[in-house]
Amino acid sequence: MLLIRCPYCEEERPELEFRNAGEAHIARSANMAGESDDDFEKFFFIRSNPKGIIYERWRHMHGCARFFNAVRDTVTDRFVMTYKAGEPKPSKLPGVGK
Amino acid sequence: MSGASHRISGAGRFSQAKTARFSFDGQSYAGIEGDTLASALLANGVHLVGRSFKYHRPRGILSAGAEEPNALVEIRRDAARKTPNVRATVQELYDGLEAQSQNRWPSLSFDVGAVNDIASPMFSAGFYYKTFMWPKAAWKSLYEPKIRAAAGLGVSPDQPDPDHYSSRYAHCDVLVLGGGAAGIAAALAAAETGVRVILADEQAEFGGSLRFESGAKIDGQDGFAWAQAAVAKLTAMDNVRVLPRTTAFGYYAQNFVGLVERVSDHLKAPGHDLARERLWQVRAKRVVLASGAIERHMVFADNDRPGIMLAGAARTYLNHYGVAVGRNVGVYTANDSAYAAAIDLKKAGVNVAAIVDLRDNPTGPVIDEARALGIEVNFGRAVIRAGGKLRVSSMTVQPKNGGGERTIPVDAILMSAGWTPSVHLFSQSRGKVAFNDETKRFVPGTYAQDCVSVGACNGTDGLSATVDEAYAAGAKAARDAGAKTAKGTKPKVDASESWSRGMLGAAPGAGPDTTVKAFVDFQNDVTAKDIRQAVHEGMRSIEHVKRFTTNGMATDQGKTSNMHGLAIAAEMLGKPIPEVGLTTFRAPYTPVTFGAIVSHARGPLFDPTRKTAIHPWAEAQGAVFEDVGQWKRAWYFPKAGEDMHAAVDRECVAVRKTAGLFDASTLGKIEVVGPDAAKFMELLYTNPWEKLEPGRCRYGIMLREDGFIYDDGVVGRLAPDRFHVTTTTGGAPRVMNHMEDYLQTEFPHLNVWLTSITEQWAVIAVQGPKSRDIIAPLVEGIDMSDEALPHMSVREGKICGVPTRLFRMSFTGERGFEVNVPADYGQAVWEALWAEGQKHGAAAYGTEAMHVLRAEKGYIIVGQDTDGTVTPNDAGLDWAVGKKKTDFVGIRGMARPDLVAKGRKQLVGLKTKDPKVVLEEGAQIVEDPKQAIPMKMIGHVTSSYWSENCGRSIALALVAGGRDRIGETLYVPMPNGVIEVEVTGMVFFDETGGRLNG
Amino acid sequence: MAKAAARKTTPAASSSVERRPALAGRSTTAAAVKVEVLPPVERVSLRAPEASAAALSKALGVTLPKKPKTSASKGGRTALWLGPDEWLVIDEAGNDPLADCAGVAALHSAVGISHRNIAISVTGAGAAATINAGCPQDLSLDAFPVGAASRTILGKTEIVLLRTAADAFRVECWRSFSDYVFTFLSEGSRDAAV
Repeated sequence: MLLIRCPYCEEERPELEFRNAGEAHIARSANMAGESDDDFEKFFFIRSNPKGIIYERWRHMHGCARFFNAVRDTVTDRFVMTYKAGEPKPSKLPGVGK
Repeated sequence: MSGASHRISGAGRFSQAKTARFSFDGQSYAGIEGDTLASALLANGVHLVGRSFKYHRPRGILSAGAEEPNALVEIRRDAARKTPNVRATVQELYDGLEAQSQNRWPSLSFDVGAVNDIASPMFSAGFYYKTFMWPKAAWKSLYEPKIRAAAGLGVSPDQPDPDHYSSRYAHCDVLVLGGGAAGIAAALAAAETGVRVILADEQAEFGGSLRFESGAKIDGQDGFAWAQAAVAKLTAMDNVRVLPRTTAFGYYAQNFVGLVERVSDHLKAPGHDLARERLWQVRAKRVVLASGAIERHMVFADNDRPGIMLAGAARTYLNHYGVAVGRNVGVYTANDSAYAAAIDLKKAGVNVAAIVDLRDNPTGPVIDEARALGIEVNFGRAVIRAGGKLRVSSMTVQPKNGGGERTIPVDAILMSAGWTPSVHLFSQSRGKVAFNDETKRFVPGTYAQDCVSVGACNGTDGLSATVDEAYAAGAKAARDAGAKTAKGTKPKVDASESWSRGMLGAAPGAGPDTTVKAFVDFQNDVTAKDIRQAVHEGMRSIEHVKRFTTNGMATDQGKTSNMHGLAIAAEMLGKPIPEVGLTTFRAPYTPVTFGAIVSHARGPLFDPTRKTAIHPWAEAQGAVFEDVGQWKRAWYFPKAGEDMHAAVDRECVAVRKTAGLFDASTLGKIEVVGPDAAKFMELLYTNPWEKLEPGRCRYGIMLREDGFIYDDGVVGRLAPDRFHVTTTTGGAPRVMNHMEDYLQTEFPHLNVWLTSITEQWAVIAVQGPKSRDIIAPLVEGIDMSDEALPHMSVREGKICGVPTRLFRMSFTGERGFEVNVPADYGQAVWEALWAEGQKHGAAAYGTEAMHVLRAEKGYIIVGQDTDGTVTPNDAGLDWAVGKKKTDFVGIRGMARPDLVAKGRKQLVGLKTKDPKVVLEEGAQIVEDPKQAIPMKMIGHVTSSYWSENCGRSIALALVAGGRDRIGETLYVPMPNGVIEVEVTGMVFFDETGGRLNG
Repeated sequence: MAKAAARKTTPAASSSVERRPALAGRSTTAAAVKVEVLPPVERVSLRAPEASAAALSKALGVTLPKKPKTSASKGGRTALWLGPDEWLVIDEAGNDPLADCAGVAALHSAVGISHRNIAISVTGAGAAATINAGCPQDLSLDAFPVGAASRTILGKTEIVLLRTAADAFRVECWRSFSDYVFTFLSEGSRDAAV
């Protein structure tokens, strides 16, 4: 069981309290109804599924109930960092090269 | 005195006066308190304890610990409490213990299955894959059942487990796994700093190899005595938890370690409240691995005969349990440690026939001492075969490069090929092992987690070096975990033993003669020949060799066999060992019972069972319940003599004739509050909400972004800034999550909050022409007239003197109300309504009648008539989509080309040509029943019932282009014939809807 | 705002029908711990932005805590921090916190949930061990001191946990999960002396 740092609770809490909510930083268009088929496809269906660093949304479902963002390495299954919903994608990751 | 034949007076650490009686295969024996089953059997001269997995060869006790591959027995307390595959070397003796041998028929000494041994050429490596491939059909019917019956270990119990198991999450700063000298030293160093320490060991007594190392002296005491004193000191400290009989079976991410504590298997009569086992799930800041090393056997012909065992085990039986494993023992070794066993036995009065040492000219103090004691020592020689069958009777010795044979009579052989560091937990932690070419050992290389290995599992030789290393590591682990101060003193090692390396792989006695059985893996009956054959047949990777031969795949996971198997494969491949590689160690380290893993989650705690506030009333009425998710819902209320069909018919008729009461408490309910509540509702539902007046309700549809129906429900606006939203019963948690997701991450600018009130309110639906007459007398402060309280409205007031949110709404098509009251009042208000209802002939109805009544009106149930691929248009609900809205979740998905294309499946009604025939839900629909198979299926039945009110069967179905087919005849092919159906509209009863105000 | 909330819940005393709380009076005692269902209290799920906290604190008579995993208590009223804009307000003194919030003009949502939750007390030397039978949080006094409060997990359900003393916890769960939670804690208490 992983420990996940909740940026709202400001501490690491057991994975059982959390739920994954898919890839992060996929913005919903302000003009949703006017999106082209291609743009809607990209928005709704296409995910990056990388080997390595992934930006994800998690919810501290059985804790503070907040959605937040996390950077996780899909190879090691390690959380690199977490940050609050609405905050920009971090430009520098702690402990990750390149 | 126990009176046992092989107990040595004055030897061992337990009082021989405290007798414990036990039985093995019905024969009664005496052991002493402190014995394991294995030591007690050996004390009575019993070596033969089991039959092997494949060849049914007689097997004895190999080890004195958790690595035991052979001595697996069934322990029986009563008919329900029988545990198979218990290692006799781990099972502690209690007075009255009953054990049975396994995998033999009719008896242990005469086992018919042993014919497999003679027929063994058939069962060589990979035989499963080769022998039974033809004819194909025979695998399932003949070969597999026969193989499974003949091969195998214990028999699983066939009654429910009457014991209980407990579990505990625990946190500590330093977790020390292994309680030998290293573990104890590390725990002392960490504990003295004041941090939280857990020390666990799989044995009943701490001490590890100090149990047998008679030469160890620490802090002026005998090593084992020091260990007991140190553990007593640790046990008395508030910041330390000491767990004996506790196996760390799995090392998971972020220092999360699973341990199983055997709480009561060693007790004669465990108390009722005592768990059998306790699962510890420990999160540690730092882990110290002190898991020791496991001795390897020598691989030579017939090395599995009972009486042949590991030298360290024989020494443990002598020094710890006071048991001599034989009276005339031989020793076969490739390292020094077996000499120490020979010396101890010799000093205890046991004849040591000869030491056979594969090494050419070893030197050292133990060798000198053995000679000084008059033991015959042979260098450069091999034991090429063992004699005897049910018990070893001799060993045949030959110079290792060939020459004259000599057979020496013995009644036991002690063997040692060297010691393998136990890197299992380190490997599970994702650490990478490294091969030390000099010592021929895999030791911890690259660490992946915050842990450290100390002592023998780290390849550290000698007690002094071990204690130094462990104490320093324990102190560092505590510092790293945040300890500030340390005030202890390192234990001082006054005398210790040390021995050199040994060998890997097959000894000269292992062949190349292919008729020879020189076992590498005892539990899975894998021989040196099998490994060679695997390579010969093309296996190159050790992973393939492992699977082809099953080496290391038994319940002992190859604790004694992996390194030998690897070395033989490497030799055959002509590659160095690290290039062939070690197989990955996986949890569990030793088998873990399902009981421990399941722990509390059995019976009523398997899963929560949710009951409404009105449940006790329904139960008292004799309601039959159905599971809806975790909820128990009243399904129907049979009267005396009624079956389900009769009860449902009566309930359905009563609702339309007078009235019915229905417990709708399980419906999800969410209070949406805030100045932007209406804006939020506009975005989450297809319907328009801004103009809905307070006090009115609307049926809402929620989509996912893909445009498909996700949930539905009636929403009441209580105030400009407050909505009372209802969801489906099953959808409640996910709808709440869906709404929170959008609110928090897409629309965080909206000032609105969501609160689940599902369980705040009990909901009593009162439906039917008499519903108002039933409710009105109990209501205060709400005008119940049609003008003041029209269909689809909501008022707050009181009923029976308690607050209510009274909805006028209908899921039956009749005049109807849903009475929300605070849950604790639910049953009392229900009873009051029920009493009123009785004056009018009202019935209680369950979920089945509710389903029928709504289907008669063509009201859909999300999740039954929809399946996640149905749009509002498909469901005939276009009217509920706000045409002028510019945004809501699903607005774009709904407009995707495929979702607006012609020919989509649409919800329609179906009437069978024969009104008595009720379709099966899920049945497929075709246009032409005479077409060739596979037929083209154009839809399926989603809901189907007998409708007593309509006097016929009714059904809803998703049919391609369904609405354009109304009036057409379609067909439902079933195993008993084709059913003819007519496509209709979805409303079967009161098409004009007049009864809503009837 | 919150006009609807102003319609305060009627005190139980004036009801003409009987209140039947779930599991009323249930308790079990093991060697090191007692598990007991607590009597009904008034509860509010309070949601508000930070700017409203002062006004709400004043109205409630207890300062809404801002720090995660904490609670504040005054005059029989306790406010538990559940999230950055969420508090569970429990009134054991027989007063009506929903009514107190109704007078606050500052932005907020107050929803009455007195009947939604059931409270179970776990007291005794084995209290933390009992809860740790199914709760994965570190309940040592360093990590979860007296007054600490958190929504978390017990077995297969969600609970809200409040430490009321070194050896006492209040466990809140939804009404229909109370049988499961009580049974789970009872099972856990059998093994809590260790």
